[in-house]
Amino acid sequence: MEATEKYHFDVVRWFTIMAVVYLVVGTLVGVLIAAQLAWPVLNFDIAELTFGRLRPLHTNAVIFAFGGCALMATAFYTVQRTCGVPLWSNKLAWFTFFLWNFIIVSAVITLPLGLTQGKEYAELEWPLDLLIAVAWLCYSFNFVMTIAKRKTSHIYVSNWFFLGMMVMITYLHVVNSLAIPVSLFKSYSVFSGVQDAMIQWWWGHNAVGYYLTAGFLGIMYYFVPKQANRPVFSYRLSVIHFWALMFGYVWLGAHHLQYTALPDWTGSLGAAISLAMIIPSWGGAVNGMMTLSGAWDKLRTDYVLRFLVMSLAFYAMSTFEGPVMSSKTVNALSHYTDWTIGHVHSGALGWVVMVAAGAIYHMVMKLWNTEMYSAKLVNLHFWLATIGAVIYIVAMWVSGIMQGLMWRDYDAFGTLSYTFAESVAAMHPYYVMRAVGGAIYWLGGAIMLFNIVMTIRMASATRGVGAPARA
Amino acid sequence: MSDRTHSTKLQDKIESNVFVMFLMLAILLSVGGLVEIVPLFYLKGTMEHNQHPEIVWQRKPGQTLADWKPGDGIRPYTALELMGREVYIREGCYLCHSQMIRPFRDEKERYGHYSLASESMYDHPFQWGSKRTGPDLARVGGKYSDEWQRQHLIAPRSLVPESVMPNYPWLAERMVDGQRAVKTVAAMATLGVPYTADDYGADFSGAAAEVEGKTELDAIVAYLQVLGTMVSFEEGVDYRE
Repeated sequence: MEATEKYHFDVVRWFTIMAVVYLVVGTLVGVLIAAQLAWPVLNFDIAELTFGRLRPLHTNAVIFAFGGCALMATAFYTVQRTCGVPLWSNKLAWFTFFLWNFIIVSAVITLPLGLTQGKEYAELEWPLDLLIAVAWLCYSFNFVMTIAKRKTSHIYVSNWFFLGMMVMITYLHVVNSLAIPVSLFKSYSVFSGVQDAMIQWWWGHNAVGYYLTAGFLGIMYYFVPKQANRPVFSYRLSVIHFWALMFGYVWLGAHHLQYTALPDWTGSLGAAISLAMIIPSWGGAVNGMMTLSGAWDKLRTDYVLRFLVMSLAFYAMSTFEGPVMSSKTVNALSHYTDWTIGHVHSGALGWVVMVAAGAIYHMVMKLWNTEMYSAKLVNLHFWLATIGAVIYIVAMWVSGIMQGLMWRDYDAFGTLSYTFAESVAAMHPYYVMRAVGGAIYWLGGAIMLFNIVMTIRMASATRGVGAPARA
Repeated sequence: MSDRTHSTKLQDKIESNVFVMFLMLAILLSVGGLVEIVPLFYLKGTMEHNQHPEIVWQRKPGQTLADWKPGDGIRPYTALELMGREVYIREGCYLCHSQMIRPFRDEKERYGHYSLASESMYDHPFQWGSKRTGPDLARVGGKYSDEWQRQHLIAPRSLVPESVMPNYPWLAERMVDGQRAVKTVAAMATLGVPYTADDYGADFSGAAAEVEGKTELDAIVAYLQVLGTMVSFEEGVDYRE
């Protein structure tokens, strides 16, 4: 099978399939924990199913299982096609695939058991942290070496973004995970208090900034031009977008700690650069959107392109919202509230998953050399995802701002108007609304999985099982 | 695509050699983190006890953790509190409760004096949190009785009907592991938390005796009850200047 293929695409196929599987699983856990906040009885008094243990499972599953597989599938796919050569090592790519999936399965077991380092999005315990480092370096090394032996003279822009992500995630993961073990599955961070907080949010915000933004911008820079069949709008804009984003994002973590015991200078610095980040972010969004110049009519018929364009709209929206929330006045209200959760999900549901879904549909058709089983279902997925995301975000805007206002509200006598418990009770309708929005979004993902499975079955049936798919 | 158009010589060089690009990125990406993180380890203004040494417990020779009274100043956690903290982390309490009070009028009235960096200097890892689905816990110590805390952990809605917190009935049934306590105190000491030989012995074996016969519920209540009680704040002093 390999002999007939110019590129190593089998490993890409499997990363693609697993990405969709993990999307469905990860968002299902998300729907459950959202429902737990509306109806706490859904914790069932079972330790392994409580919110505090499943929330890390949800975040790890969507970020590292879905996001990781999507990034590995797309990076390995695009690097081969933009460099005109097969992967440097097919074996190493398969090793990366099995190791990454082993880590994910281990996470699914250990996180509900309460084995955690207690730092958000870096919960996995030290043995798994070591494996993550190995898998990540294998992935990055293979990618760099493939570029090194490319046939083109210059490196295509999507690869710049993937490369930036690989370097930064290596820094972040290594430093933030430094810990001292007390047993095989328990360790404590070597840092404490304020330094630990700064390092954690340097990690936390840049997991968003590089993993979920730079990496997925790499996806955008390949798949939007491909699907629209137009060149990238502006080369110069991509150069500026790239370097400004790479340099700037690193600083933003401090805005998570404004008004805390972190020194004022650090929080303010983070907020100032956050404000400036709107320029490269919108530069990228404009570059993606304008790539469609002269091809806008395609949106009427091309459902995959709809995903890509909608993702850019959400990207522009959430990269505007982010700087607003990092300004001190707004942050004083929004911090600690559901508004933050809404912001993250407008980026995650609207930008990350949508751009990945567009890329995955595109890849499935190319990799199996076929059309989708049902274009109508792609369109249905698009609308469920859009409507689900909007319901989710609106619910969190309302609940977040309401929380913030209730906590700081004073009555005519100068005493606090509401107890904390009253603010919790007031959230109930929005938590229900959020769970409904999430469930709608999940349904879209499940339809995508069904559609892709049927597409692959159909392609295999017409060609005979195991027959080569042309690249 | 980019093959024929390039903006500057440097950009052209970077775009045509992946190792140059890698190196440029490695340097560029380190700047922000270095500038924001490294100074926090040495700037005196970061930790309030550099200006206000009285907020840290000044032990007299021979004094052990058992001699400490609330308000005496910041001290290492006892073995039991430390094991309670482990339960707190295991159950993911930090995902819904912050431990960081901001310097606002409403937070002062709701939770108490704003949190200091020095107050969490023995917290490996920090537990400031990022979300208040439930209230802040930085100064929850002493606000409720032990009995209230136990009842609330086992069945929160029996005391606060509006609560969405899970029930934690298993905490009352699970015992704290003595050897784990010894290892945890030893790990903290390795990281620089100032336990003395008088506290748990040079090999920290005394930690096992302290948690003997205690449940996880006992441990987490001990931890919650010490939160925010270490420093006695003086009226009118600005600790964060």
